[in-house]
Amino acid sequence: MTFVVKPRVRHPLLPVNELGLTRRDYEGSVSTLCAGCGHDSVSAAIVQACAELSLPPHKFAKVSGIGCSSKTPSYFLSHSHGFNSVHGRMPSVATGANLANRELYCIGVSGDGDSASIGIGQFAHIVRRRINMLYVVDNNGTYGLTKGQFSATNDKGSTSKKGVPNLYEPIDLVSMALQIGASFVARSFSGDKRQLVPLIQAGLMHKGFAFIDVISPCVAFNNHNGSTKSYDYVRDHSERLVSADFIAPGEEITVDYDSGALEDVAMPDGSTLRLRKLDEDYDPRDRIQALTQVQRSAEAGEVVTGLLYVDADAADCHDVLGTPAAPLNSLDEAVLCPGAEALAGVNAQLR
Amino acid sequence: MTDKATPAAPEGDAVANGVNDRRTSYNDFVIRFANVNGSGSASANGMFAKALFRMGIPVATRNIFPSNIEGLPTWFEVRVSEKGYAGRREGIDLMVAMNAETFAEDVASVVPGGYLLYDNSKELDVRLRRSDINLVGVPISQLVLPEFPNPKHRALFKNIVYVGALSALINIDFDVITGMVSAQFKGKDDLIAPNIHALEIGRHYVLDYLDCPLPIQVRYSNGASDKILVDGNTAAAIGAIYGGATVCAWYPITPSTSLAEAFEQYCNRLRVGENGERNFAIIQAEDELSAMGIVIGAGWNGARAFTATSGPGLSLMTEFLGLAYFAEIPAVLWDIQRTGPSTGMPTRTQQGDLLSAAYASHGDTRHPLLFPSTPNECFDFAVEALDLADRLQTPILVMSDLELGMNDNLADPFTWDDERSYDRGKVLGADDLERIETFGRYLDVDGDGIGYRTLPGTHPEKGAFFTRGTSRDEYAAYTEAPEHYSANMDRLLKKWETARDLVPAPVIEEQGRLIGIVFYGTTALPIPEALDRLLEDGVEVDTMRLRGFPFTDEVRGFIDRHEIVFLAEQNRDAQMKTLLVNDLELDPARIDSVLYYGGFSISADTIYEQVSERLVEYNVPRLRAVGGGGRGTAPRKDREYRP
Repeated sequence: MTFVVKPRVRHPLLPVNELGLTRRDYEGSVSTLCAGCGHDSVSAAIVQACAELSLPPHKFAKVSGIGCSSKTPSYFLSHSHGFNSVHGRMPSVATGANLANRELYCIGVSGDGDSASIGIGQFAHIVRRRINMLYVVDNNGTYGLTKGQFSATNDKGSTSKKGVPNLYEPIDLVSMALQIGASFVARSFSGDKRQLVPLIQAGLMHKGFAFIDVISPCVAFNNHNGSTKSYDYVRDHSERLVSADFIAPGEEITVDYDSGALEDVAMPDGSTLRLRKLDEDYDPRDRIQALTQVQRSAEAGEVVTGLLYVDADAADCHDVLGTPAAPLNSLDEAVLCPGAEALAGVNAQLR
Repeated sequence: MTDKATPAAPEGDAVANGVNDRRTSYNDFVIRFANVNGSGSASANGMFAKALFRMGIPVATRNIFPSNIEGLPTWFEVRVSEKGYAGRREGIDLMVAMNAETFAEDVASVVPGGYLLYDNSKELDVRLRRSDINLVGVPISQLVLPEFPNPKHRALFKNIVYVGALSALINIDFDVITGMVSAQFKGKDDLIAPNIHALEIGRHYVLDYLDCPLPIQVRYSNGASDKILVDGNTAAAIGAIYGGATVCAWYPITPSTSLAEAFEQYCNRLRVGENGERNFAIIQAEDELSAMGIVIGAGWNGARAFTATSGPGLSLMTEFLGLAYFAEIPAVLWDIQRTGPSTGMPTRTQQGDLLSAAYASHGDTRHPLLFPSTPNECFDFAVEALDLADRLQTPILVMSDLELGMNDNLADPFTWDDERSYDRGKVLGADDLERIETFGRYLDVDGDGIGYRTLPGTHPEKGAFFTRGTSRDEYAAYTEAPEHYSANMDRLLKKWETARDLVPAPVIEEQGRLIGIVFYGTTALPIPEALDRLLEDGVEVDTMRLRGFPFTDEVRGFIDRHEIVFLAEQNRDAQMKTLLVNDLELDPARIDSVLYYGGFSISADTIYEQVSERLVEYNVPRLRAVGGGGRGTAPRKDREYRP
């Protein structure tokens, strides 16, 4: 419960980041989700990612819709404002928030019901609009708060806790995002922090719409045998395709001993995105190939994870609109109001 | 025009054929153009209206159009009134009947003694002839045939030809019209000559063959010489720019579309910085839900934001309006009302969204409403609504309608005080947060029901809170405790009382008479004419024009002071009456409704007739003032006039 005050005790050995802050400064209130919920791992990954990037913990706008996933913005970055809006409509609220102040890091957290069912229209259109934000879907294939109904991302044939199979085709948000033109598309697993944290960092620093679909098992309703969104199933069937590391400007690029082909992508702000590809022929800058790969893997019952597609040079919504560098919410009368003299000109044209 | 190209006027079809016993009148008639949608008539008809306006003559225009791109009937009506009557009046004095499909009904709508301008290239069907009106036949098709070989051009220029004919028939200064053509096509000079030629074809034909001018005609006036001609949507858009709106999110829907489009057009002129930066963001959203969500997201993050929609869009926005009410986020919504329910008559006007706007969303919600009557109020209320939304931290809904939003009306030139600054309401900055001891987003520090808010990113340590549509305590923490929930709802009610004195006050004209007429929005337009007609019958009334909801004590006072209270509005269910009864806990029997909901704007005739009938029922004596107007009648304390 959010009215349970979280003790703010700082362990003297906790490491501090460039701002002199520890991970504690990036946390939120105590989670009210079930013990073992994948969503809490995602929140922890967001805390770690932001702390490691040394971003000011109050310079975020956290937005969400309704559902278990949408509660999580309470559980990270308590120095930032959050907005828990209405079911399936977070993308429009995020759009408005980003238009008003482009300087804030915008994190949207949604769920599979929130984004793939009631909010699928808003999801599709925020992708199109290229809002500069990190959009995370905690994808567990089920409606947890209403006790275990199938959601639209649930695989056909995957069973409910009572053993009833899902009869309908799933909606794959990653494929949708790729198809509609998201400039950063990733899939990960809440149980794979090593992959997820760098993806969140890269997504936050990416300019444009960054989408991460995180398979995040529901321990209460969708973690049984027969479910394709259980911890066991995802561990057994996931295939890391491209891992990403975010390397801040000026930071030393250390040698990585992991297997796979390395490829560095320069980001517009001078940072580097280091991609580690397990399949040398896979080009994460080829949207069509990404789409094909995702579809093929789904057909084979596999879940490909990692940074599937990135266009580091994409324009965002503010570029498209031609807005000023200063946030719109900082402009005053001097800029916004054309004044009496201009109005006389308007009147003259209406004569 | 050459002589040989001129067909002779068909016999017996010239003007003034026997029924023209009208005395010459000036600047006092209703002209209606009947056209086919998509035939290019709109610009010709607009040119006609503007020409009269340029002669200083008061005009009010009405576009009566179908939900259609091309092919269906459309009408354009101009009320020409030296007295400045801007409302609709029944009966057409001069009909320009250019649509074969509606010809019969168009002929039928002309008042006895009125005029029918038609294309007599083909002889008029005898069944359509009326002996009590004057036929003005001009062979428009025959006239344009030899002059414009391209059939598409020919169709367009037919419209220009009848404007040319009208210039002579009702005595419009021809130089004014040609001057407008030259200005309109500036830069496209090859279009100027053929347009002026088409005007001359029509003009010369009627000068050569018909008696000109007709007894209904125009002359220069001062009635509109210091005015501007503008529609309400354009006025609202300009007002939104002056009021500091930076985010506009919308979804196309008649009749509100032109508001968002005008906002963009004027932003491109008035809001682009020296380096080309656009100090505004306009998003055409995927639907009205999203449009409202964008406005609320922007409002939450400290930008002034608005949307424009109509009834169906308002229905979709109700979920978000409830959120903004409960989470206390500034937002401005323009509802350009059209005829409901459902898709209703999408290109007809109504005041039918009041209840769904006032109480939009589930649970105990209520929203302040503003009711503009004129383009000037559209401008002023656009600014006011943005201030009120910030001050009250809640959605403000401005209830315009198609009649006001989409039709050109006379207005005073817009004014702006350069000293005026925006009221951004209670927003704490970083310094404020340093100074205060405790911050609680929903603490009622000032006792007016309005808490202090902070914007995201303001302070590294203080002032952050979680905005939610769920129940919360004064410090924005989630709670389901009954006492916290009830206290919050009660505070919102206190805020409602604060709003009562902040929304625009009613405009009251009162001289202690027995009868009061209450109205709002575009129902105000025909009121002066209806009052004049009542006065001719010896009936004097006081008036109150409502401009905001919730209602002030002045509203209650006016109703209390009048024995008979009429409330004129344009919907079936007397929605404003319901608001009054509900908000002021009035006895419903205190208010007599005058209702019109046919889809056109309410006419002076409707108001006059309904009020007169009711006064007969109540046996109200004629209260003609002795010694010439102005003297009121003391209000009666007894109820003898009531049935």
